[in-house]
Amino acid sequence: MFGIVMAKSEAFSWFRIQEMFRFQSFHMYGIIGTAVTLGVIGVALIKKFNLRDIKGNPITFFPKEKSIVRYLIGGTIFGLGWALSGACPGPMVVNIGYGYLSMIVVFLFAIIGTYLYGAIKNKLPH
Amino acid sequence: MLEFIQQPWTWWVSGAIISAIMFLLIFFGQSFGFSANLRTICSVAGGGKFVKFFDFNWRSQIWNLVFLIGAILGGYIARHYLSDGAPVLISENTIADLSKLGISAPTSAQPDELFSLESLFTLKGFLILAFGGLMVGFGSRYAGGCTSGHAISGLSDLQFPSLIAVIGFFVGGLLMTFVLLPIIL
Repeated sequence: MFGIVMAKSEAFSWFRIQEMFRFQSFHMYGIIGTAVTLGVIGVALIKKFNLRDIKGNPITFFPKEKSIVRYLIGGTIFGLGWALSGACPGPMVVNIGYGYLSMIVVFLFAIIGTYLYGAIKNKLPH
Repeated sequence: MLEFIQQPWTWWVSGAIISAIMFLLIFFGQSFGFSANLRTICSVAGGGKFVKFFDFNWRSQIWNLVFLIGAILGGYIARHYLSDGAPVLISENTIADLSKLGISAPTSAQPDELFSLESLFTLKGFLILAFGGLMVGFGSRYAGGCTSGHAISGLSDLQFPSLIAVIGFFVGGLLMTFVLLPIIL
């Protein structure tokens, strides 16, 4: 379902990502904006009514670690890669399924990039 | 009905479905964050023997790998059963700007200049894709999440770190789009 919606919304297209970063269309902002707006309402309702998941466990949200440096630097590096390859990790594999085999290279290097981070993690500011 | 589905989906339908996917995962006791799979794959491949960061019980993440397989299948299904084959309808301004960079107007979902196999087997074409992937993989783990984990899940929970990460995504994205891409292409 995720794969279908990424492809059908065209959010997996390099062209759409370029259009987004050039602020030339509402399309991507509409997608993300709708998802986040509904997300905020839904999460608030889950918290208000203390809803449980299917196994009966209370649904909890884990606050992310407090830091500014890692999110800003990491986010910026991610953004550089996103605008260059036109794909974040999810859409990469959707592209592979769609038949863009070059994305296999992008995905393999994303795995290498993650490994590299793990290897030098302790030397980076967080 | 099928013809209706074969058109590109409008933004609010797509946004609502993404949100629904996130809540489905939450109600099944999981969370929506795709780039965690990259770490899991490193771990499955045996990375935990060398790097502590990958030494964790990856079997608890199998559901997310299933999600990954589903995403590949989804891409395949969208292409072969749910597509009318029309090129991506981006704005005229974007087409004009990209043509200055040597990228021609869309004929499908991706530009041939970057994603055709001919391009992949040139040094420049290969390096663009390799560095793009490398930065996405490195950056998403450094920032603790990607678009799904931060921009969708994190912002839905009104988490401040996610807002910073998303600002970072745009700092990097704008830098690449307006400063680096004109040099690279």
